Amino acid sequence: MFDRIKSFASDFFVTGEPMIYASDVAIVLVLAAIIFTLTFLKKWKWLWREWITTVDHKKIGIMYLVSALLMMFRGGVDALLMRTQLALPDQNLLDPEHYNQIFTTHGTIMILFMAMPFLFAMFNIAVPLQLGARDVAFPFLNAVSFWLFFFGALLFNLSFVIGGSPDAGWTSYAPLTELGFDKGPGENFYLLGVQISGIGSMATGINFLVTILKMRAPGMKMMRLPLFCWSVVASCVVIIFAFPALTVALALLMIDRIAGAHFFTMLHGGNPMMFLNLFWVWGHPEVYIVVLPAYGIYSEIVSTFSKKKIFGYKTMVISLMIISVVSYFVWAHHYFTMGASAGVNSFFAVASMLIGIPTGVKIFNWLFTMFRGRISMKLPMLWTLAFIPCFAMGGATGIMLAMAPADYQYHNSYFLIAHFHQVLIGGVAFGLLAGMYYWWPKMFGFRLNEALGKWGFWFFNIGFYVCFMPQYLLGFMGMTRRVSTYSADTGWTDFNFISSIGAYLMGIGFLFIVVQVLYSIKYGERDLTGDPWNGRTLEWAIPSPAPHYNFAHIPEVKEVDAWWGMKERGESLVQLNRKKKFTPIHMPKNSGIPFIMAVFFFISGFGFVFGWYWIAALGLLGVAICMIARSNNRNTDYHIPAEEVEETEAAYGRV
Amino acid sequence: MKSLWRKGFFILIIGLLFLTGCSDKYPVLNPVGPAGEREKNLIVLSAVLMGIVVAVVIALLAFIVYRYRDKPNNKAAYKPNWDDSKILEVVWWAIPIIIIGVLSFYTVRDTFALTKPPKNSGEPITIEVTSLDWKWMFFYPDQDVATVNYIDVPAGRPIQFVLTSDAPINSFWIPALGGQEYTMPGMAMRLWLQANEVGTYTGKGANFSGKHFEDMTFDVNVVKETDFNKWVDKVKDTSHALTKQEYQKLAKPGVIGEKSFSSYPKSIFMDTVNKNGGLYMNNDWMMKDMNKSDEMEGK
Repeated sequence: MFDRIKSFASDFFVTGEPMIYASDVAIVLVLAAIIFTLTFLKKWKWLWREWITTVDHKKIGIMYLVSALLMMFRGGVDALLMRTQLALPDQNLLDPEHYNQIFTTHGTIMILFMAMPFLFAMFNIAVPLQLGARDVAFPFLNAVSFWLFFFGALLFNLSFVIGGSPDAGWTSYAPLTELGFDKGPGENFYLLGVQISGIGSMATGINFLVTILKMRAPGMKMMRLPLFCWSVVASCVVIIFAFPALTVALALLMIDRIAGAHFFTMLHGGNPMMFLNLFWVWGHPEVYIVVLPAYGIYSEIVSTFSKKKIFGYKTMVISLMIISVVSYFVWAHHYFTMGASAGVNSFFAVASMLIGIPTGVKIFNWLFTMFRGRISMKLPMLWTLAFIPCFAMGGATGIMLAMAPADYQYHNSYFLIAHFHQVLIGGVAFGLLAGMYYWWPKMFGFRLNEALGKWGFWFFNIGFYVCFMPQYLLGFMGMTRRVSTYSADTGWTDFNFISSIGAYLMGIGFLFIVVQVLYSIKYGERDLTGDPWNGRTLEWAIPSPAPHYNFAHIPEVKEVDAWWGMKERGESLVQLNRKKKFTPIHMPKNSGIPFIMAVFFFISGFGFVFGWYWIAALGLLGVAICMIARSNNRNTDYHIPAEEVEETEAAYGRV
Repeated sequence: MKSLWRKGFFILIIGLLFLTGCSDKYPVLNPVGPAGEREKNLIVLSAVLMGIVVAVVIALLAFIVYRYRDKPNNKAAYKPNWDDSKILEVVWWAIPIIIIGVLSFYTVRDTFALTKPPKNSGEPITIEVTSLDWKWMFFYPDQDVATVNYIDVPAGRPIQFVLTSDAPINSFWIPALGGQEYTMPGMAMRLWLQANEVGTYTGKGANFSGKHFEDMTFDVNVVKETDFNKWVDKVKDTSHALTKQEYQKLAKPGVIGEKSFSSYPKSIFMDTVNKNGGLYMNNDWMMKDMNKSDEMEGK
């Protein structure tokens, strides 16, 4: 009996690696510390009432943001481990098995558990406030989305210490991921973790599209929407059409793995290429899902910090929509080398290059928004200014990659690696950080320290170029991605070493950002005006941090930059408070069901990972019960009394 | 700050120019065959065109940020409501459309060209390639020899590689000769390459295929025609024949060095394709296509 337990435990827990033992200890210590602190400060109830059960989009946004930053840390540590391993030839810091796990988790985490939640943080924090709404269209669903993401990410990260991490790349290509080649539970963690959080992403897409279509303040026609909201529309449309493909791909692969089907095997008529197709039918639009909202953030920031209207509003909207439509017709450029006919490759090559046209137009529109403006170099604007050259270069190499015959030489090489990091970091990560700095005062009521932020900015930016420019050259030298080591006679040493230095500089940049946040919590300048940047859109018309109900009175919108226009005419929401009587505000009630349901999803996923079907079934049963309970609950909303609204506004000094 | 970005970009461009000068370190930029040459020309064309665009954007950015910075004594124009100019917008819709148009033309032309053997060259030679877990198996149907993890090819003759996999998907890449193509289980696909300069080049598996994927490199020895024939004779004299049993053993996951075989069971390549699902594929179009190009070659 004891032997059986021992052999089970040695399979169940990841063993034999000092780094992982150290992490085990760290995880236990951190958990203990959290539990102790919460108990000591008697904060359990507070945690449950204020955060876990909340359906408030602002709090959900903050939870997304914190999760995303944590995941950025983990993905970043993965990146540093890889760069350390590759800094010199023939190193043994990581054996191939661990290296493979690390690049897999790095990719999956950065795209699905960092970029996506970071975006959703921005959606949640800014969209309802920009619309003049009191919450999203489906607040309960919003909480479900968050908790599904959270527990999906948790399940995926659990593989680090239990069962073993997935090791087939974030793209998880069949047949490498089929049972014949990959027996361990790692791949199951990937499939279930991504699947569970994917359900949440899909719901978020629907939620925000409906919110923007239905919950705009009076007078806010579609062509008066702030550009960030337009970019969210474009992104949500892509989410709604692209995510089902991922759901199907993962589900079929899971059926292959747990039930021995042959959708993507080599035998019995299965076709591995089908997985690649389904994956990238989602995967390429996914890139636009994350980058379009970043475009929106840049549009807001460029206009605000140039004190000038956005140049070519209509063109910006049209180009966003063109990109979101064309993004569905480019996926095969991820494998021009699959031997498709010249006609197929030509189609996808030209379609991919077409994306460059509206994107180029947007860059010029941003430039000419600054032209004849007054540019102030605050942190959000710095990141935006850094984005333009970085993304121009990344876009240029993107066009180069889109040329099918040239791609035969770039494919799977470090040239590709450099390209997509340049667009995803330069385009998406810069945008998200810019957005974080921009909306931070609105979220928390204080500004982040500029000086520390600038240190972070410069380390991260210089580090970026030092890290990734040499990788373009490594591509021309024939270095392929995902190699865990190389021999000195390849001649790759110099550039790899430089690249690793760059990665560490970026790591230091990230640490500065962390220090900046911690420092500013204590010493940051409090934002008492609600409008620290002299903003143009409605979120800056209300106090920081926004009250629970956002707007005591919903303003009437007369132009694109609604708040700017009000300021020009000498209007404000305080006047509205004085002119109109306070009325009770209809709000959704908190609910524990989203959290509990996501826990059941987690339990079920865990059961599927190890093939313990009774646990999986139990989890699904729990999910079903939660759904039924919610469907039968009629007591889901309440009214904030008019007096309470008045008191709150008075506390902000706005009556 | 802006100058730093510019500097980074110039380093890139100067770096690129500099590399084209030095030789075998950058096989992609110094190809030894017509396919690689064609691909390099596209790379250079697009790099130059895109380089110009990026330079313009960075120069504009630097100018604008400097001129319109928010300083109290800045005399430059400030027009907070200026947000539209039809002429400017037409200009920057037109520029990318023209550039993309030019690049598309060359892209489509070369995509079609690369599916055919290089023109004006000698008699093609066929090599059947199978990617295994973590090694490469090569069959020479005309010479009836087989090798593992290296190939000898005659200089100046088009090489028709027929690719498949008896393991996860991989990608067959010899950067110095030209671009890659996937090896996929259950399919036999073709890649035309040619090497015009004698020498030894590195080939590799470019698509991740598991634990020891980085060990899947192989030497490509480009030799003169006469030396190639001598090599075939030597392999025939000094090695043993590959049997089906030995192939099964080779196909098992593992890493090995170079091997040569004096002959092999004729049907082994197509057997592998069919075993892995080729049976279910309609490979007719491909065969017809092959015949068509053979006819073209005949003319």
